[in-house]
Amino acid sequence: MPRLLDLGDGALTLEFGDRIAPEFSAKVMATRDALAAAALDGVTDVVPTWRSLTVHFDPLRLDRQRLADCLLRCAQAPVQKSALATRWQIPVCFGGEHGPDLNAVATAAGRSPEAVIEALCATELRVFLLGFLPGFPYLGELPEWLRLPRRSTPRSAVPANSLAIAGAQAAIYPWVSPGGWHLLGRTPVRLFDLANENRPALFAPGDSLRFTSIPADRYQQLHAAVAAGEINADQWRLP
Amino acid sequence: MIEVLAAPLPTSIQDFGRPGYRHLGMPLSGALDPEWMHIANALAGNPPSAAVLEMRLVGPRLRVHRSLVIALGGDFGAVIETQDGTRRPAANWCAHILAPGEIIELGTLRSGIGYLAVEGGLQVPPVLGSRSTYVRAGIGGLDGRCLRAGDTLEIDPAKPSTAQRLSARPQLDAGPIRVIAGPQGEYFTAAAWADFLGAEFTVTREADRMGLRLDGPRLAHDPTLGADIVSDAVTPGAIQVPGDGKPIVLLADCQTVGGYPKIATVIGADLRRLGHVLPGQTLRFAAVSLDDALAARHAAASALDHCLAAMRPAAREFNLDALYGANLIDGVIDAGHAD
Repeated sequence: MPRLLDLGDGALTLEFGDRIAPEFSAKVMATRDALAAAALDGVTDVVPTWRSLTVHFDPLRLDRQRLADCLLRCAQAPVQKSALATRWQIPVCFGGEHGPDLNAVATAAGRSPEAVIEALCATELRVFLLGFLPGFPYLGELPEWLRLPRRSTPRSAVPANSLAIAGAQAAIYPWVSPGGWHLLGRTPVRLFDLANENRPALFAPGDSLRFTSIPADRYQQLHAAVAAGEINADQWRLP
Repeated sequence: MIEVLAAPLPTSIQDFGRPGYRHLGMPLSGALDPEWMHIANALAGNPPSAAVLEMRLVGPRLRVHRSLVIALGGDFGAVIETQDGTRRPAANWCAHILAPGEIIELGTLRSGIGYLAVEGGLQVPPVLGSRSTYVRAGIGGLDGRCLRAGDTLEIDPAKPSTAQRLSARPQLDAGPIRVIAGPQGEYFTAAAWADFLGAEFTVTREADRMGLRLDGPRLAHDPTLGADIVSDAVTPGAIQVPGDGKPIVLLADCQTVGGYPKIATVIGADLRRLGHVLPGQTLRFAAVSLDDALAARHAAASALDHCLAAMRPAAREFNLDALYGANLIDGVIDAGHAD
């Protein structure tokens, strides 16, 4: 049974468990979808994580008990394919200057760089949550043999659009940022667009994606096309 | 236009923040004291959500390039300097009419932060529905950063405004900061909870818009649970306790999720008080119920209404046109005198 936790008097967390588990995440997303359908007045933000769903609300507009009852009802919603989730196909140029840690990761995992790329592209990854930075997606889960601890020395500036892995997770840095994950490649896809009020982040929690490997010249072409505004983000959707 | 002559300490453009995007990892941001911002805006004749300057520790020095109503909300000294070098003090909780070329200089903010509202609101482009500055990602405000000397701020062209003043200064409550226990109360020993509510905590120098790191008794985690959780959502006011046992109170620019257990969360009505505490000052916490927290929100809302209802025109004798006219006449007299 999920439990309700008050995060002060303006937020309520529905917690399904205390660890990272795909079954918790599925319940979180199903609850989120049901809550969106309930369209409660006074809700300001609904934040899914791996294991919980937090609703930020204005207690002068929405009674806490009414929200609590609604959340517990929504938690009963059956887990099904989310109508709000999108599947994406994200091109990545692996290795070389774009993925400086690819060879080291392959060595640590005891496989070839090609095998690492192949495994990453064969895994359908789920967007569990966005956090740390605006639009930073925590993606999971990686095959057991590809799970490595973070780098002992973080980089002070990871280039924007770098695909990185650490532990069971992958991520793409939407902005230049310090970071301790292993950099495997780079995507030309724009992950965050501040001018788009309706959907500033390409990914939403609950979405899933696959990577496809592209050569450096194709990366350059797509990168230039994205910069010139010639590419609609819908191009990266999978049917 | 307003020209920034000096801004030695962080002054940023803020409004009510950027709700609705926290599921995408975008912090809420916005004024640390939304009530004082609201009042400053009302004094300048603005809607509550107009973008203002939030000043921290010491205010900037600004020159206006046209007649302009500005309003000061806070506890700080301010001086208006005319083009001939004459200086006159400018009161807090009051709107002031500046003539073209005049300079306003803001002093030390005795309660840590204060607000300067400008008629019509500061005209920076909204980003995701808000003009608030989020410095860490370089979003909103003026190029996503704090003000610096040489900047210029655009203002709404000629928006008629009435200058207002308050008859009594708004007070900040004294007494302990009220909290709701949890959401991870069980991660702490009974002794830690007793210390949290019984002891005094000192605000360290690590204090900014993201949060306040506090010093005090070490708040011990239950050894069977430890000091790490799988990240879940946080909010301004949440009090995280990392492995060193020293609490961190999160504020407006905090991230959307965090991986430390939260011993308690500050109630909405007291959150703005945390924007005003300075390094070296002490805090105490008191646990209250959700009913108490809701009652405190209602009380704060009605106190704000009361405060706004008691506004009076800043210069009862003149309407604005008359005041601008008086300045022009002064200019003519000065010109005659120079002959």
